Amino acid sequence: MVNSGTPQHLVVVGGGMVAQRLVEALRARDDAGRYRVTVFAEEPRAPYDRVGLTRWFSEGVDGIALGDPDLWADPLVTLHTDRGIESIDRAARTVTDRLGHVHAYDELVLATGSSAAMPPIPGNDLPGVFVYRTLDDVAALRGWVEEKRRGFPAGKPVRGAVIGGGLLGLEAAGALTALGAQATVIEFGTHLMGVQVDLGGGQALRRLINAQGIGVRTETATSQMRPHRRTGHVGRLDFADGGRLDVDVVVVATGVRPRDELARAAGLPVGERGGAVVDLTCRTEDPHVWAVGEVACIEGRCIGLVAPGNTMAEVVVDRLLGGEAEFPGADTATKLKLSGVDVASFGDAHARTEDAVEVVWADPVAGVYKKLVLSDDARTLLGGVFVGDAAPYASLRPMLGAELPGDDPSAFLLPEGGGGAPGLELPDEANVCSCNGVSAGTIRGAVTEHACTDVPGVKACTRAGTTCGACLPLVKKLVDTELERAGIEVSTALCEHFAMSRAQLFDAVRVADLHSFSEIVDRFGTEAVVDDGGTAKGRGCDICKPVVASILASLGNGHILAGEQSTLQDTNDHMLANLQKDGTYSVVPRMPGGEVTPEGLIVVGEVARDFGLYTKITGGQRIDMFGARVEQLPDIWRRLVDAGFESGHAYGKSLRTVKSCVGSTWCRYGVQDSVGMAVELELRYRGLRSPHKLKMGVSGCARECAEARGKDVGVIATDKGWNVYVGGNGGQTPRHAQLFAEDLTSEELLRTIDRFLMYYVRTADRLQRTAPWIEEVDGGLEGVRQVIMEDSLGICADLDAAMARHVENYEDEWKAVLEDPEKLRRFSSFVNAPKDADPSLAYVTERGQRRPATPAERAAGVVVAGPKLEVRA
Amino acid sequence: MTVHDVAQAPAATGAAGPARWERACLLSDLFPERGAAALFGDTQVALFRLPEERGYGSHGGRVYAVQNLDPFSGAHVLSRGIVGTRAGEPTVASPVYKQVFSLVTGRCLVLADKSPKDGYEPDLAVHEVEVRDGAVLVRLS
Repeated sequence: MVNSGTPQHLVVVGGGMVAQRLVEALRARDDAGRYRVTVFAEEPRAPYDRVGLTRWFSEGVDGIALGDPDLWADPLVTLHTDRGIESIDRAARTVTDRLGHVHAYDELVLATGSSAAMPPIPGNDLPGVFVYRTLDDVAALRGWVEEKRRGFPAGKPVRGAVIGGGLLGLEAAGALTALGAQATVIEFGTHLMGVQVDLGGGQALRRLINAQGIGVRTETATSQMRPHRRTGHVGRLDFADGGRLDVDVVVVATGVRPRDELARAAGLPVGERGGAVVDLTCRTEDPHVWAVGEVACIEGRCIGLVAPGNTMAEVVVDRLLGGEAEFPGADTATKLKLSGVDVASFGDAHARTEDAVEVVWADPVAGVYKKLVLSDDARTLLGGVFVGDAAPYASLRPMLGAELPGDDPSAFLLPEGGGGAPGLELPDEANVCSCNGVSAGTIRGAVTEHACTDVPGVKACTRAGTTCGACLPLVKKLVDTELERAGIEVSTALCEHFAMSRAQLFDAVRVADLHSFSEIVDRFGTEAVVDDGGTAKGRGCDICKPVVASILASLGNGHILAGEQSTLQDTNDHMLANLQKDGTYSVVPRMPGGEVTPEGLIVVGEVARDFGLYTKITGGQRIDMFGARVEQLPDIWRRLVDAGFESGHAYGKSLRTVKSCVGSTWCRYGVQDSVGMAVELELRYRGLRSPHKLKMGVSGCARECAEARGKDVGVIATDKGWNVYVGGNGGQTPRHAQLFAEDLTSEELLRTIDRFLMYYVRTADRLQRTAPWIEEVDGGLEGVRQVIMEDSLGICADLDAAMARHVENYEDEWKAVLEDPEKLRRFSSFVNAPKDADPSLAYVTERGQRRPATPAERAAGVVVAGPKLEVRA
Repeated sequence: MTVHDVAQAPAATGAAGPARWERACLLSDLFPERGAAALFGDTQVALFRLPEERGYGSHGGRVYAVQNLDPFSGAHVLSRGIVGTRAGEPTVASPVYKQVFSLVTGRCLVLADKSPKDGYEPDLAVHEVEVRDGAVLVRLS
């Protein structure tokens, strides 16, 4: 469709997860820019992951970040936060915001969501009674619990109760526990999570929840909340059965109510139990007004889950763009992980289908309950409940409504390794990622038609697994199967010379205690036919040789130019400088933490001037000097080393810089000495060879002026110590580092980073930065945390020792070269004219410095300086 | 050390026609499995001394020479590439954009999604090399 002039204005009322999805979908599909969209959010922030609110305690706002923040920077997208809409004028097609501003719309989408329902229990307005819906609710809850604890004598626990034992109630109980409070869940019904789980599952769940230290009372109605005599805060719950519970905080999580007041006031029909009534296209009675998410009353009811809301958002976008999509019915599958307790259910969990057959596998001791609901012939899958072990959920849920293979459906419920379930061949239409509505067919298509060859590629292409990630194991299985089918070998081989991945080769070299490429290729290399008809191990290539060089360097094998090792180095490592486009190199002395003395700066300036080098400040807070010829490098470095500089390893797949802000030594806001820490880190890890370059940053306070979260390892000062973030990078695929550990002492910080780096060095793939590496580690970031913080693999002592060796054996590579005539011999321009400059070099002056001449400038003869620019050595 | 016997080896210098043989260096000046550039007037040649490893087949122990100009970047840098093998064939990889060339035939074996700069062919010119009395001689045309 062609953009016919001015875009139409789409107004979205509400700034929740579904609103975000709607805008994402629109911007992804509306190539022609037919719509500009304005979102009015009541909360003072961009949409966040409401489903993952509990993560806010451990990871802060980044833990609940949703999607790509660049979405809001799109010129066709406007987000107004803290700007609720007060009224709709359907006749004039305008909305009025809380500031009284009137905004015209062509199409209007209501995405106002729900509010937490407050049951009419006397005392529900006492201080200390909370609901659990928004970030502000959660923040207030935390503030209250912390305030209470401060007022209590040491050791006295804060006692919490959660009224409501559904999904949200259990989340809230988990949140209380995470805040260090006691928690008791009060449920009116017969068992926990009554909507999703049957009685048997609910009982298993209760045991597991109890095992987390959370109390549970079922079949209990709360009749009154009573104030504490002295404080007037909520102090006691009275139950209908005469029981009582002393409390310091209460969270009410008994359900939600659609925020349909705007729809009502605008005269739009609402459902019996609330919600703006829409048809299967999500359109209200007014052809220009739509409703999506929890506020939409679709097929006669409102649905309080995000996945169906996302589906509605996609339907509206499709319709706005002229499509024919209809809401396919709600996928009410649910999977919850609450402090280690897996609960999942899908389809007809309560076996309400006529003549349905239930197959149950239960292990009360382990707290495991699994049930399949099948059609009367025990073949077609109608639903399932999983408590304590949700492993079968990911592969079974997409089979909903399909026939299960094999004769014995109970095989799917047996524990992993207990005979094994028959291989599942998912139908193409099976919904694999319910968050984003991605089918098995779409994932297969990503491999067969869009040439994706791995899970990250498929994620980027289809969005599968990008929200909650629960389906990723299944996505991986589908991708691997499809690659295999397409004859694409899922090979981790480095190249034709080694059938192993970098991590495998690293271990092999370490265990076999090998110290040269020849030994390694003889032992682990692949045979090739050579021209005399025989076979032999190959002699490597530009892929495997630098990998072996990096492995040997990490395992401590002396100078990188020593002996045969020198033949493995990429030209940057071989010349200990960075190759530029014209064949000259750039030189970067280390300036730890970005700190440099005036004397040092003068020397750098003099060297650059005397050798005619172009100088530029790098993004890593140091100085790069360009245009150095091979034969000049030793002379340049001799002067730098004499002035106290050392190699900056800008050329290596190794630690580059530790960027820092000025920190508490100068800054009015700094709470720790960030420069001091950056210098310490840079000196500790300098020269560490790794699978890819490594960057680090240290900020002296939460203002984050060092942009540490854009680094592989970012350190941010807190008033109690240091928070460490991992897995950030800039570049083509920018990533924010994720919180890894909080409030560490300097010593703990070093130990954590030591282990993180060494584990990465040993197990990452070639040219894999930390972010994708973390994704591939079993268990992701949490998996890395377990290895490093809890020593789950029992390798921490080994990692510590390896890093200690690195620190001890560090030497300045350039100083060592200058002291060794044999190594210096490599820095000859020509073997028959060692000091002659490459005659093909040509430069022009621009902004007071020289740069390589372009082909056109060479042809036109405007070149002002050849390679033999006068040098004052 | 195997000497690369050139069957029809002409005299080192003073041969008839445009081709001539030039002395580049001593064999011992060359690091095995690493390149070195040699300059003859304005002509730059990249020399590669292969070690006597079985992986190089009959090429082991010999010296090969190709143009030093990298046709994909326009820089004279091929002597600084990584030496190795592809399916038994001795190769050098451009240090700039990683194209791989046969040291024996000069053919570009891996284009790495690039095309040569305007006016250049992807394949390299090769030069005959002779090692005589410990000296490396290169035939220029």
